[in-house]
Amino acid sequence: MSQGFLKTSIGKKVVMGATGLFLITFLVVHCFINCLIFFNDGGLTFNIGADFMAHNWLIRAGELVLFAGLIIHVFQALILTLENKKARPVGYLKVDGAANSSWYSRSMGLLGTLLLMFLIIHLVHFWVKSRFTGLPGHDTNGNENLYAVMQETFKMFWVVILYTLAMISLAYHLLHGFQSAFQTLGLNNKLYTPIIKKVGIYFSIFVPFIFALMPILMYLGIIK
Amino acid sequence: MGSGNGTELNLTLKVWRQKNTKATGSFETHQLTGISTDMSFLEMFDVLNEKLISEGKEAIAFDHDCREGICGMCSMYINGRPHGPKQGVTTCQLHMRSFKTGDTIVVEPWRSGAFPVIKDLAVDRSAFDRIIASGGYISVNTGNAQDANNILIPKTDADEAFGAAACIGCGACVAACKNSSAMLFVSAKVSQLALLPQGQVERKERVLKMVAQMDEEGFGNCTNTGACEAECPKGISLENIARMNRELMGATFK
Repeated sequence: MSQGFLKTSIGKKVVMGATGLFLITFLVVHCFINCLIFFNDGGLTFNIGADFMAHNWLIRAGELVLFAGLIIHVFQALILTLENKKARPVGYLKVDGAANSSWYSRSMGLLGTLLLMFLIIHLVHFWVKSRFTGLPGHDTNGNENLYAVMQETFKMFWVVILYTLAMISLAYHLLHGFQSAFQTLGLNNKLYTPIIKKVGIYFSIFVPFIFALMPILMYLGIIK
Repeated sequence: MGSGNGTELNLTLKVWRQKNTKATGSFETHQLTGISTDMSFLEMFDVLNEKLISEGKEAIAFDHDCREGICGMCSMYINGRPHGPKQGVTTCQLHMRSFKTGDTIVVEPWRSGAFPVIKDLAVDRSAFDRIIASGGYISVNTGNAQDANNILIPKTDADEAFGAAACIGCGACVAACKNSSAMLFVSAKVSQLALLPQGQVERKERVLKMVAQMDEEGFGNCTNTGACEAECPKGISLENIARMNRELMGATFK
């Protein structure tokens, strides 16, 4: 692999796109496992999944790769943003951005920053407890009871609001990011691009919607 | 000038004035009355300049040449958009009928570190020339014109190459992009040759050199907002950027 490639503007974008797509695959896995709460069986099925994710060594190794991917995505974005700011030292007085592009495609840095802030809170809520500080005992199946933590956390109204807002940010971030990643990786043609764009829109709405349903339904007591 | 519908406009113009590259510029406000809706935007500037000259003031410097939308010289960032409010046109093709009487029009130069202001609204776009010089050419001798169908080129390739070759290098893509990225321009210049047999000899070398030069000039990075494609007076497609990305990956990881 050529060292120079990653230093070109295109190489840096390829890193953004590739890590972005990788983080999207994580979202799918995360969403599938969390959907186990919809069995509404007091979290017994969900805890099987959560217990497995917490103790399988392959998953734990994957977790390190995931964090690496996230950190690269964030730092590359930071570098690119600073470079892009530098590329226009004197700005315009009047910019009509809405005339030629969507607001969310121009606000990926802002949406990403909101997501990063949410992620830190989210990790403190669940991941830190699950991996380090310990969970409140076991369920009747003998699995670690991460579900009980969910129930506790989503009793708080501000948390539910925060999670919902974060999922709206995620939806807009994905709305641009999903199809943008394919464009950056060089896939743009008349046959596949309309399909990718359509799938991207469905994905960007569906996945954050499912995620947002979890705190909302738990807060409302529909999922007990 | 034709009589048209005979409407005349009264306008307020906020124009960027800057003595030279090093000077810090500022906006200057001018009132214009009786501007015909049949005038092009540049003709409106001619009228303003005539007025300034007759008042003993310095005329506003702006780029223009063919005034028929094919040379790529005219620039101007008008009311927040390169080449003004119409899509698919250059500033010389923008007519005053696109405005209403009483409008305030803000006119700024292309803003990019890679396009330093020479004076007022004229910017130095020689960064584009240097990108072309770095690899946007073919050095094979193509000889005399070939017999028809002697070199077979798929229709889609020919069409896409032609579409890319429509780029006039005006720099609206850079001006429109929130990152001042020149990817649409460079990708059009890479694509027009990469798609045709004559461009194959230097295909890999070309994309490597042109991207390197683009980065050296200090243009920003593409974030796929699509503003460039939307504002391009020649309708250059984002597909070219994806192709350039492929070309660069192909040339790097051969």
